[in-house]
Amino acid sequence: MPIITEKELRPDYDVIVVGSGAGGGQSAYTLTMNGVKVLLLEAGRNYDPATETPMFQTPSQMPLRGMSTREKPFGFADATVDGGWEVPDEPYTQANDKPEERFWWWRARMLGGRTNHWGRISLRNGPYDFKPYSRDGLGFDWPIAYEDVAPYYDKVELLVGVYGSNEGLENTPDSPNGTLLPPPKARAGELYFKKHVAKLGIPVVPIHRAVLSTRQDHENIPRRLFPHNPTAQKLTAESMKARAACFWATDCVRGCSIRANYQSTTVHLPPALASGNLDILCDAHAREVILNDQGKAAGVAYIDKKTGQERVVKARAVILAASSGETARILLNSRAKRPEGVANSSGLVGKYIMDTVGAGLGGRVPAFENLPVHNEDGAGAHVYVPWWLYRQQHARKLDFARGYHIEFTTGRQAPNLNVANPAAPGYGRAFKEDLRRTYGSFVGFSGRGEMIPNQDSFCELDPSVKDKWGIPVLRFHWKWSSHELNQAAHMQRTFKEMIEAAGGSAGNPTTGDKAIKPGGFIIHEVGGGIMGADRAKSVTNAWNQCWDIPNLLLNDGSAFASNADKNPTLTIMALAWRACDHLIEEMRKGNL
Amino acid sequence: MPGWPSPPSASPSLVACRSARPKKAYVPGELWPLSFTPTQQAAADALADLILPPEAGGKKPSELGVPAFIDEWVSSYYDETLKDRPIILAGLTWLDAEANRRHGAVFAKLTEAQQGGIADDICGVKPVKKEHKPGQDFFKRFRHLAAGAYYTTPQGMRELGYVGNTPSATFDGPTLEAMKHLGLA
Repeated sequence: MPIITEKELRPDYDVIVVGSGAGGGQSAYTLTMNGVKVLLLEAGRNYDPATETPMFQTPSQMPLRGMSTREKPFGFADATVDGGWEVPDEPYTQANDKPEERFWWWRARMLGGRTNHWGRISLRNGPYDFKPYSRDGLGFDWPIAYEDVAPYYDKVELLVGVYGSNEGLENTPDSPNGTLLPPPKARAGELYFKKHVAKLGIPVVPIHRAVLSTRQDHENIPRRLFPHNPTAQKLTAESMKARAACFWATDCVRGCSIRANYQSTTVHLPPALASGNLDILCDAHAREVILNDQGKAAGVAYIDKKTGQERVVKARAVILAASSGETARILLNSRAKRPEGVANSSGLVGKYIMDTVGAGLGGRVPAFENLPVHNEDGAGAHVYVPWWLYRQQHARKLDFARGYHIEFTTGRQAPNLNVANPAAPGYGRAFKEDLRRTYGSFVGFSGRGEMIPNQDSFCELDPSVKDKWGIPVLRFHWKWSSHELNQAAHMQRTFKEMIEAAGGSAGNPTTGDKAIKPGGFIIHEVGGGIMGADRAKSVTNAWNQCWDIPNLLLNDGSAFASNADKNPTLTIMALAWRACDHLIEEMRKGNL
Repeated sequence: MPGWPSPPSASPSLVACRSARPKKAYVPGELWPLSFTPTQQAAADALADLILPPEAGGKKPSELGVPAFIDEWVSSYYDETLKDRPIILAGLTWLDAEANRRHGAVFAKLTEAQQGGIADDICGVKPVKKEHKPGQDFFKRFRHLAAGAYYTTPQGMRELGYVGNTPSATFDGPTLEAMKHLGLA
């Protein structure tokens, strides 16, 4: 992807965006479509999905059959380069060594960040999800309501392309007609579960994912997105035309060289670059937000990782979208004028870090044995179970306050190294026959649930540890509350019921503390700069602007005041678009 | 998951390959040196072929690089693979020693019936005698790795009925036949 070198930097920009993932990519796109001159700083290296995506290697062409390793936790063909829970030269620390109090911080040091490998699950927060405190007295209300964000969900879905359906379910919003792309057909196993868990009152409906099930309507969508902006229409139409529809092969986690799924590098950055309004500087690790004498953001100090030299770039406004943790780190490290860091008069920078609650359970459904052979690949999940117990929960009949959704896998999936049941005895023809019969009968269930923000889950600067460039690193504190632990246990019990309802046998559910995945494991880190209506109790206002510094915006997941089970990426993009529209308006009015 | 909770080490690993090269086909031994001696290699070939006998017209696991994969696995430096290393290497030696004890020749030189006699004692179908315990642990792990390696080859995938990863303009969902099999049509 075309990028600039340090020598080509302009003396100043309208806006500097730090980070090129969902929040940074969306910010760069929205701003440049409106003629704003943007510099995008990316701490990782340049990455071109068209030439670098490892889409077509089969397992036997990869080291260790492509299995997960320390360097490539999601397997050899994962799109992530220079990333993972460990990044060389960039440590982070834990306040406590207890495994249950550790936070696993995933970073992707590459252009496009974590959007290159994400699961593409794109669910809207519902009305309850913006007002959780009002509903159950826990956590925080957002200063905005679903209605404020809905138009931006529409825009993002139209821009990135999301398949799914409208089901009219509680707190699971429909999209306006013509917004979603058609969902792919459900698989045999998905339909089998839909039929058999209906008696448990559990709905199985098409999932929403940012994958082009058909090509986008490049003639009409750009006009809907930018009614009075022919330049933006043209640039967006050109980019849409260059995207192919999904060809229903290869795993989305590898990324998509044909641009059939959403990655910042396939959807946001190409039209933004084509506008001529965007410069991208890679290997530029932001260290500090520079303030002017009036206390406003004036630029960013960054380390050029190739030379180790520190540089400063200037702009009228700064957007941090470096990931929740990294954004907090930059704010806390901006200590030239304030020892507590910038935008931190509330003392809440880095506080209320949230992840998604995750738990899983596997099983086997004999009905799937010897299923007539057909292609069951498709594109990731085609269906899911949205949270279905709102009423019971609201009536306090459950021992946890927030919901979860269920993702599950069935059928003959691409074989991997663990294709054989380790408990299967024997060898020779009988062993092979048994394996062939049972392959495809194994099912996997995962819950993805809402974590309530708490005071014991936060990050701060480590008092002594620094990274390779001498920048203080983050130290994490982490604790689950009984809501999350009970929810994880409920997930496993539900999965067992579902598998048994399909005539199968499941593993044994355990207690919540054993069932729950470690913090950070689901890679839905949000919070650390939460938005609110009261500047003493939040870091940003309803427009992602820092209360203390209105021309400093937090456009990644930092500003999330809660973390619904809906997966954060779509909401990050919707809020970033909304925040940038407001920023443009404020700049035009001369308010910033 | 082999190994990622440990601190990174300078040992042979995928550090140099954080970005997979999109079109490259990697082969065992390319990224780090392999470990099997010729004797161990011969035993591994014979055992893989015994565990996963080819179908008519198919190739043997030894011809498809299955033992080479196991060698690559036990020669790498991750927590899980390091755990397998002594089990597999010592197990291959145990296998030859047992073959010698019973028949006066290494495992690879035995008849299929003789090989099967040893495998029957350690494969877990019938209770395993105490003196065969080292063989049992080895066999279980070797079988798992061999099956994983075999069924991730194109031939193995065909045998399993995995027909995915095929580009197509539409995703057509389950066939009528499959729907009937599940009582859905």
